[in-house]
Amino acid sequence: MARMTGRRMLFAAPVLLVVTFGVFAVAAASPFDPVKAYAGTAGLTASQETLDQLRANLGVDQALVPRWWEWLTSAVTGDLGDSSVMRRPVADVITERLGWSVLLATTAFVLAILLGTALGVAAARRPGGWLDRGVSAAAYTLEAAPAFWLGLLAIWFFALRLDVLPAGGLTDSGSDIVTFGQVASHLVLPAAVLGVSQMPWFYLYVRQGVADALEEDPVRGARARGLSERTVLLSHAWRSGMLPMLTLIGSRVPELITGALLIETVFSWPGIAAATVQAATSVDFPLLAALTVLATAAVLVGNLLSDLLYGLADPRVGFDG
Amino acid sequence: MTARSIRGTVAAALAGSLALTAVACSNPDSGSGDGGGDQESAVVGIAYEPDSLSPLLGYGKDGNSKLFDGLLTVDGDMNLKPALASALPEVTADGMTYTYRLRDDVKFSDGKPFSAADVVFTYRTILDPGTNNPSKTELAAIEDVTAKDENTVVFTLKYPYAPFAQRTVLPIAPEHVAGKQDVNSGPFTSKPVGTGPYLLTNWSKGEKISFKANPDYWGGEATVKKFTMAIIKDDDIRATRLRAGDLDGAILPPNLAKGFKDDKGRKTYAATTYDYRTVTLPTHNKVAGDTAVRRALDVAVDRETMVDKILDGAGRAAYGPVPTDSEWFTKGTERPHDLAKAGKILDEAGWRTGEDGVRTKDGVRASFPLWYLTGDKLRQDHALAYASDAKKAGIDIKTQAGTWEVIEPRMKTDAVLAGGGAPGDPDFDQFSLLNSGLAGDGFNNMAWYDNPAVDKALDTGRESGDKPARKAAYDTVQRELAKDPGYTFLTHIDHIYVVNDTWGTLTTQVEPHDHGLASGPWWNVEKWARTP
Repeated sequence: MARMTGRRMLFAAPVLLVVTFGVFAVAAASPFDPVKAYAGTAGLTASQETLDQLRANLGVDQALVPRWWEWLTSAVTGDLGDSSVMRRPVADVITERLGWSVLLATTAFVLAILLGTALGVAAARRPGGWLDRGVSAAAYTLEAAPAFWLGLLAIWFFALRLDVLPAGGLTDSGSDIVTFGQVASHLVLPAAVLGVSQMPWFYLYVRQGVADALEEDPVRGARARGLSERTVLLSHAWRSGMLPMLTLIGSRVPELITGALLIETVFSWPGIAAATVQAATSVDFPLLAALTVLATAAVLVGNLLSDLLYGLADPRVGFDG
Repeated sequence: MTARSIRGTVAAALAGSLALTAVACSNPDSGSGDGGGDQESAVVGIAYEPDSLSPLLGYGKDGNSKLFDGLLTVDGDMNLKPALASALPEVTADGMTYTYRLRDDVKFSDGKPFSAADVVFTYRTILDPGTNNPSKTELAAIEDVTAKDENTVVFTLKYPYAPFAQRTVLPIAPEHVAGKQDVNSGPFTSKPVGTGPYLLTNWSKGEKISFKANPDYWGGEATVKKFTMAIIKDDDIRATRLRAGDLDGAILPPNLAKGFKDDKGRKTYAATTYDYRTVTLPTHNKVAGDTAVRRALDVAVDRETMVDKILDGAGRAAYGPVPTDSEWFTKGTERPHDLAKAGKILDEAGWRTGEDGVRTKDGVRASFPLWYLTGDKLRQDHALAYASDAKKAGIDIKTQAGTWEVIEPRMKTDAVLAGGGAPGDPDFDQFSLLNSGLAGDGFNNMAWYDNPAVDKALDTGRESGDKPARKAAYDTVQRELAKDPGYTFLTHIDHIYVVNDTWGTLTTQVEPHDHGLASGPWWNVEKWARTP
C-alpha cells in the first residue's frame, strides 16, 4: 500500500508539470486580455499610455515558455507569485479561502456518500418497491437539475418561506465574528444542496451494485445456509455491491469541485470559487496555475483514495496492481 | 498489513484530516464578540466587490470611500467641500497652480498624524509608472505636487485645467504604512489604514466587507456604528435576501425593485446619474460617418419608448453625455422622435430607398454593424431597439454580440453600444468622448469624432476658470453635437435602491456609470439616523 502510494506520488509530478504547462498554453491562447480585466471599467477611460504601462508592468507581453518556466522555478522554491486580479500574493489568496471551500466540499461529499449509500442499499433490497421507484425518480430529476437552480430553490423555501436557515454568507451579514454555531447554521443549506446534487450518482451506483450482488452465487449460498436477510444484505451483498461506488468516489471529485464553484457563488460562500472564476476570466497566470495544481492534486488524491479503498474492500485486488 | 489494521489507519487519518480542516477554518477572533446589541448597525447588499482597498490602486477615487478622506469631498448637492483640506484650494489666475491648506487635527486610524507628506506621497505614487493604477489618466494634468510646509500642498499643472479640484476627492493614503511595502500587492491593499469615518473590521472576500465607526474621526463619530456591505452578485439572490430581512437595503434592477413597490416597510430610491448608453457612429465608416445618416438616426430613434420599455421608466432620454437635468445641459438641444424628419434628411442628402427598404447612395448601402457587450442585457436591449428604429428610417443595422477583446479592433469602423458617465464636471465625459486628439486612444473617443469647433470649445471649457465662459463653451459643444451627432445618445439610466424605511428618508448623489461602494443612499451612511 505504501509502495503504491509512493509510486503514485512520483507519477503525479509529471502530470502536474503537463497540467501547469497546459494551463499556461490555454491561458495564452485565451481571447481574454489580462490588461482589460485588470483595469476593469477604469480601463475604458484610461489613456493608451496607461494601458501600455500596465501591460508592461503585468508582464503580459512575455512569451509562453519563458513565462511558464519562470513561474515553475519560483513555485518550486515556494514563491507562487502575485495575483494581479486580487492585488495580493497568490499564497495569501489561497490560504484565506481554501479552508472554507474544503469544509463545504468535504461536508457535502460525506453527506452525498452516506445518503446515497443508505438509500441505495434500502432501494436495492426491494427493487421496484415504492422506495426504489420514488427515490430513483427523484435521483434522475436531481441529476438533471442544475446545482445553482437547486440552491435558489432552497433559499426560497428554507430562508424565505420557512425562515429557518440563513440565505447565504459564512455568518449573519451583521456579525463580524466567526463562531462555530454561526458557521454550522450557514453551512447547512450550501452543503445540503451540494450534497444532494452529488447524491444521485452514488445512489444509482449503489442500488445497481447491491441489486446485482443480491443475484449472485455467494448471496444465494448465504441464503441457502440460512443466514438472516440482514446479514446477507449487509455482509455479503453490500460489500461486493459497493465496489463500483468506490471507483466513483475518485471520479466524482472534479464534479464536486465544479459543483462547489456554482454553490459558493449562489450562497456567497467565501471560498475559492469566486477567485477561480476571476482568475480564469482575467487570465491571471500565477493564480490560475496555483488553483489548477490544487484541483489536479485533489483529483489525483481522490483516485488514489478510491484505489486504496478498493484494495481494502475487495481482497482480490492487490495494492501493487 | 492486514485489511483490518489498514482500515483503522485510514479511518484515523480521515478523522484527523477532518479535524485539521475544522481547526484551520476557525477564525482566531472566535468568541471574543462584545455582543452589544443596541448599537446602530446597517447591512446593505451590493453587486460589486472592489479589487483592492488601496487608494493608490484606484479604490474610492470618486470619494465616499468610508475608510479614507480626500482633500475635498462632494456633498449631497454635488458641491465641493473641504475635507482634509481646511478650505477650498487657492487657484492662481493662470489656472496652473492649486494650493491646499490642510487641517492640522487629523490622525490616521493607527494614531499617527496626517500631514502634507502623505498627500505628496499618495499623488506621486499613483503617477509613478510602476504603480498599476488604471485610473491614473484622471490625474494626467499634474506636473508636480510638493509640500510647501507641514500643512500646505501645492499642485502645479501641465496645462490650465478647471475641473482639477474635482479630482482631489481622491483618498489619501498614509506614507508611513503604504510607503514601506509593494504598492501593487502589499498587505495595505486589503488591510487599509486611513483617516475616514470608518475602520475596516473584516473583508471576507466574495462575502462581505464590514466596517466599524472610527471613534476618533475628525468629523465626529458616525451615527451608524457598524456598517456591512454584503457582496451578492446575483440580482435575484440580493432581492431574496432583502425580502428575507437579512439586508437593510440593496441595489436592484428596476424589474426586481418593482416587487417592493407595495412594501410598506421599504422605500425605493431612484438616483439620477450621468450613466449614459450611446451608439458610436464611427467617422471612418462610409455610412455612419455621413452627417445626414447621423442626423437622421438621431431623430429616428425613439428614446422615450426605450426609457419606458427597457428601463421601466427609471431613466431619461439622453441627447449627449450631459443629462437633461444638469445645470450644464444646453436647453433647446433636445431632439424629439420624428421619423418623417429622418426620412426627409436622408432624401435630401441623396439616400434613396431601394427595393428591400434599405436606402443606398452612390452604390453604398445604408448598413453597418453594431456591437454590444456579450451578456449585458441592458446594452443588448438598447442595441436591438436602436436597430429596429433605424430600420424604419431605411437604415439596416446588424447587431452583434462580442467581448471587448473582439470589439476593440473593430471600433474604428464598426458602431458600438457603449456606456459611461462621470458626474462632477462637464469636461470629464465630453472631452474624452469628443476630442479628436483622443480618437482611438484606448477606449476614448471610440467613434473617432472629429469636429474642430468642438475641439476648440472643449479646450476653452477645460482651461477657463470662469463659470459663465465655461457654460458658453459647453453650450457650443452641445449645439455642434446636435448638428453633427457622431454618437446617438440614447438614455441616462437611474440606479434603483430599496432600503428599509426605519432609516427615514435618505438622499442619493448624482451617480457615475461605475456604481461601486461610493454610490447609493449609503453614500453618507455615517450620518444616517433611525426615525423614532
